[in-house]
Parts: sequence; structure tokens; C-alpha cells
Amino acid sequence: MLPFTLKFEKRLEPSRTASILVPVLSLLLAFLFGALLLQTVGANPIETYRAMLAGAFGTVEQWQDGQFYNVSELLVKAVPLIFTGLSVSVAFRMLFWNIGAEGQLVMGGIATAAVALFLPDLLPWIPQTPWVYLPLMIIAAILAGAFWALIPALLKAYLRVNEIITTLMFNYIAILWYQFLFTTSWKDPEGFGFPGSAEIAQFAWLPRFSGRLHYGLLLALVAAVLVWLIMGRMRWGYEIRLIGENSRAANYAGVSIIRNIILVMLLSGGLAAMAGFVEVAAISHRLQHGLAVGYGFTGIIVAWLGRLNPFGVVIVAFLLSALIVGGEQIQITMGLPASVSGVLQGAILLFVLGGDIFTRYRLRYIRRAPAAKSSQASSAQEA
Amino acid sequence: MEDVINSILFVAIAAGTSLIYATIGEIYTERSGVLNLGVEGMMIVGAVMGFAAAYHTGNEWLGVIVAALAAGAMASIHAFLTITMRAEQVVTGLAITLAGIGLASFLGEKLGPDGGPLVGLIGPRFEKIAIPVLSSIPVVGNALFNQDILVYLMYILVIVSTFYLYRTRPGLHLRAVGESPQTADAMGVSVFGNRYLYTILGGMLVGIGGAHLSLSRTPGWTEDITGGRGWIVIALVIFATWDPLRAVVGALLFGGISAFQFRLQAEGTTIPANLLNMLPYIATVIVLVLVTWREGLGKRLGAPAALGIPYNREER
Repeated sequence: MLPFTLKFEKRLEPSRTASILVPVLSLLLAFLFGALLLQTVGANPIETYRAMLAGAFGTVEQWQDGQFYNVSELLVKAVPLIFTGLSVSVAFRMLFWNIGAEGQLVMGGIATAAVALFLPDLLPWIPQTPWVYLPLMIIAAILAGAFWALIPALLKAYLRVNEIITTLMFNYIAILWYQFLFTTSWKDPEGFGFPGSAEIAQFAWLPRFSGRLHYGLLLALVAAVLVWLIMGRMRWGYEIRLIGENSRAANYAGVSIIRNIILVMLLSGGLAAMAGFVEVAAISHRLQHGLAVGYGFTGIIVAWLGRLNPFGVVIVAFLLSALIVGGEQIQITMGLPASVSGVLQGAILLFVLGGDIFTRYRLRYIRRAPAAKSSQASSAQEA
Repeated sequence: MEDVINSILFVAIAAGTSLIYATIGEIYTERSGVLNLGVEGMMIVGAVMGFAAAYHTGNEWLGVIVAALAAGAMASIHAFLTITMRAEQVVTGLAITLAGIGLASFLGEKLGPDGGPLVGLIGPRFEKIAIPVLSSIPVVGNALFNQDILVYLMYILVIVSTFYLYRTRPGLHLRAVGESPQTADAMGVSVFGNRYLYTILGGMLVGIGGAHLSLSRTPGWTEDITGGRGWIVIALVIFATWDPLRAVVGALLFGGISAFQFRLQAEGTTIPANLLNMLPYIATVIVLVLVTWREGLGKRLGAPAALGIPYNREER
């Protein structure tokens, strides 16, 4: 027997030091784990990480030449992650496990494309300017995403159907429908046989600053502020947090859980759908492959690592986007699979999950009492 | 007609076997009170590791063992994080899945000959073995008894698991730990020990389910080999109300739907493949709604009362 024992004791207040230290250490440990994995398959970890870094942010030489392609790409990829991260975070705040952000994103993309593709012919009197069309597309996207989230919400609220499964199945249904649309009924007849819808008219494009970097970044930051206002400054946000912390107490306090499940899922679905809107309106300009590439699932990691806090979500979205862009670059420059970044993302999340106990508990080092006193010690503990 | 029944049942069993292994694995895990949403991740890692091991050694049995060990190792991470470190079970399971998908795709690019990809390689596989006499039973004989050996082992697993859960002392302890950990603890049954054991054992069975995909059904490795089967398993556990025999019914229904859908396509239906492929997912939602609804009307059937709740002696 060891001369001491280690024991977790609950803290009265969550530790602030631990809540910052744990993600930082987790990041380091995850990269260490990634290094071991790279080493075992015969790749040089240091070179790989350096290439990832250069891939994500660009090199000093590139900056001096005024080339900011990599940073701009990082920001472009962060936009949908902010939206899906916010989407997941509001639902998780009340312990509603919405893992359907991917499907809600896809529905948002479909609605965006539908308005831009068909409305000009259907209702030609609507002024064909970005100022009219972009808001219409946003509204359509949000409605579509909210509707796709509403069905699981209603099933959960009224029939207590497990939302993890329904939101997940709805991902697959949405993705298959979207594939059906761009390969069959919406397929561009002049597309030379390539699967994809026709390009949307230019007045329906979300403008870009430079390169591929577009105004969706501002929309995402505005959304983060709005979510912060709702969660931190409004009665509704307080109700959501109360349900998440203790749904029974919330119920006794007169907070309607059914109403909140429905409203939160409408918000969550709408936020995820915005990711689909920016991807179609600013990047692809048509419905084609590459809309359902996992932003909805990565949004879960973003939300949890961001501590379900809107500004945390924004920071983590940039970090994970750097990881993804860096991963894509090492595939090009070093011939290593881009999935390295996927492994790292998963590992970071696992380390954070394991480390989180230190924010809620403190590890006590207890010296084992000599045999004669041990009975006394244990009775004292029970009292 | 006889041919149609036979061919649909044959495909349903062949396609359902990996689902049954994984579903029974997850039933063990959830019965002990641990919810592991990492099934998809463990299954795909089992598939890639099993195929790689079988390819390099030329022995499909080694593939199954490696698949079980790899998925079991991932399950032990889940066990450590959720049981010892008291992490949120839902998010931890999702993390296992996300990490597993990344890891499997990485390994699939690197575990081939000379550090190359595994895609497109042909490895050893489990062949069909017809059991004499039984396989010539009219209508169902061929479908039931002209399959590969992992299918026959699955039959045994179903029977043994049903007996183990309801008719043995360790099975009683397993159910007690998931139903009322406080009571089990007071009786001297180790809550932590049982939860660790069945989380890892469940993971190993999920891994074998993954190996059946890459070593038997459609031998070989592709990045989307599981295609969301791990998630269907989570739904099947609820559909089966945590019962191994009902898991078989659910998995066969599922396998049957996909078999039916292939038949429709083969007969040149005008319904596009994308829409037909939605059927299993829509069916899952409908079945889940019906099961939950019925459960709400009657009494809760088999759901372990302490499912998803970490156990802590001092905080009960």
C-alpha cells in the first residue's frame, strides 16, 4: 500500500486558474500526443508542426511580399465555425444535446440557394440588389435551419424523444436531400455534366473584402455579441442557464422548459443555418459538393472548448480554423494526411474533458494515518 | 417469392451482423450506467485496424483481435474520463467519435505497405461456410446458415448475452450498477469496477462489429466504411430497450431496409438513390418516436435508471 492516497474534493467555487490552465495544458498535451503519432508513422513532428504553422498563418517572407492568403483562408474557415459553435453552445447551455448543426447548416445553404436561384424569376418585381436580396436570403436560411431544429425540439419537448438521435438522423436526411438537389433536380443543365446547381446571380453574392475573405466575418462577430447579450443580459438567457444547471429548480421557479426547448432550438438552428448562408452566398455561389464538410460537428468542439461562452467560441473558432488550414497545407507541402488536424482536435477535446475535473474539484494529498488512529480518522470523516 | 424472402433475409443478416455486435456491446455499456456515444469512432477504428492487421499478417482472425483491442483501448479512455474524471458523458463520447474518425482516416492513409494508403488493397476475408443439413432448410436455411463464421459467432453472442444478463449473478450485478449504483455499492458490488469492465468490453464488441465491415461484408478499407452505422447502433439500443434479442430484431429490420432498397434500385426504380438512402434514417426517427411514446404510456421498459449519471460515493 502506498503511504498516501489521492482524493478529489469538490470545490465550493469553480477554480478560475484551472479553467484557463486546463485548456492551455490540454493543447500542449494534444500536440505531444500528435507528435508521438507522427513519429510512429515515420514523419518528423517538429517539421510537420512548423509546416502547419506556416500553412495556417503564412511565412514571414510571404508577409513581407504582402501575401496574406493563409491568414485570410484561416479567417474564411473560422466564419462557419463561429456560427456552428454559437449554435451548439446555446443548446448545450441548457443541456439540450443538439448535434444536428451540420444538417441545420445544410438546410440554411439550401434555402439560401433556393431564394437566389428561383426568386428572381418567380417574383421579378423584387428589386434585384444585394440590399434586398441578401436579407431575404438570410431570413430564408434562418427559417429553414430553425424549422429543421424545430422538429427534434417538438419531439423532445412533448414526447421526450431523445434529441441526440433525432438531431443526428436529421443531419443525414438533410445531407442526402441536398445531394439529391444538386445532382438531380437543381442540377445546372449547362454545367457540362458536373454535379452542382447553376451559379446564383451576382446581386445575391455576399461581398468580399479581398481574396475570399467576406463580410460574413462581421456577421459572425455580430452574432457572437447578440448571443452574449441574450445569454448574459436578458431574462431569457438567465432562464436557459437555470434550466441547464438545475432543470427541476427552474421548473419550480415557473420557467417553462417546453417553451425554452423550442425557442432555444429555433435560435440554435438559425445560427447554424447562417453558416450555410455564408458558405453559399459568399464562397461557392451555388449548391455543390463541399457544403457539408463537418463544420457542424467541429462546432461541438468549438462550443465546448470555448466553455459555451460566445467570446470563447470566437477565439476557439480561430484556433481550430488555424489547425484545419494548417492540416490542409501539410497535405500539399508534406504529403501527410490532412486528418492530422482531426486527430489533434479530438485529442485536445479529450484532454480538456479529462482536465476539467480540476476546475470543479481539488486533488487532495492525504497521508495515510498510522494503523491505530485509522478508525478514528474514518469516523471523523463520516461525521 | 421464396427467393425474394431468402435473398432479403440473407442480406439483412449479413448487413446486420456488424450492427448486432456493436449494439450488444453498447447494451452492456449502457446497462452498467455509462452512455458511450463513441460507437461510430470505435467502430471505424476497429475497421481500419482490423483490416491493416489482417492485411499485414495474412490472418483475418488477428484482424478481429486487433480491432477489438483498438476499440477497447478507445473505450477505456471513455471509461477513464467519465468514471474516474467524471467528465460529461455525452461530450466525451462525441469526442471519442470525432477523434476516432480523424484517427481512422489518418491510419488509413499511413498503415498500408511502405507507409502508404490502405484504400483499394485486397486482404484476407472471412468466407461463407455452409453448415451441412441446416443450410438446406427451405426458405430460411440458406440465409441463416450459409454465412461467414463471424455471423455464427454472433448467434452465440446473442444467446449467451441474453442468458448472462438475466440469469447469472454477474449479470444481476451489471444491471444493479446501472439501475441503482448506491444499492449495488452498499451490497459490496464494485460500481467503478463493473462500469470499467463493461465499458471496455462493450467497446471491444463494437470493434468486432467494425472488423466485420472491413473483413467480411465488403472486404477492404474506405474512409466512409461505417457510413453512420455507429449512430444507428445508438438508436438501436433504445429501439431494443436494452435487450439483446430485440437488438437482433432491430438490426435485421435495418439490414432488411437496406437490402430492400438495393433491390428497388436493381429493378430500375425511378426513385433517386439519395432519397432511398434516407429511408433508414427516417425509419430510425419514427421507430424512436414510437418506442418513446409507448414507453411513456406504459412503464419504462429496460432503461437503466442511472444511465449517464456519474457515480460518486460522497455526493449521493
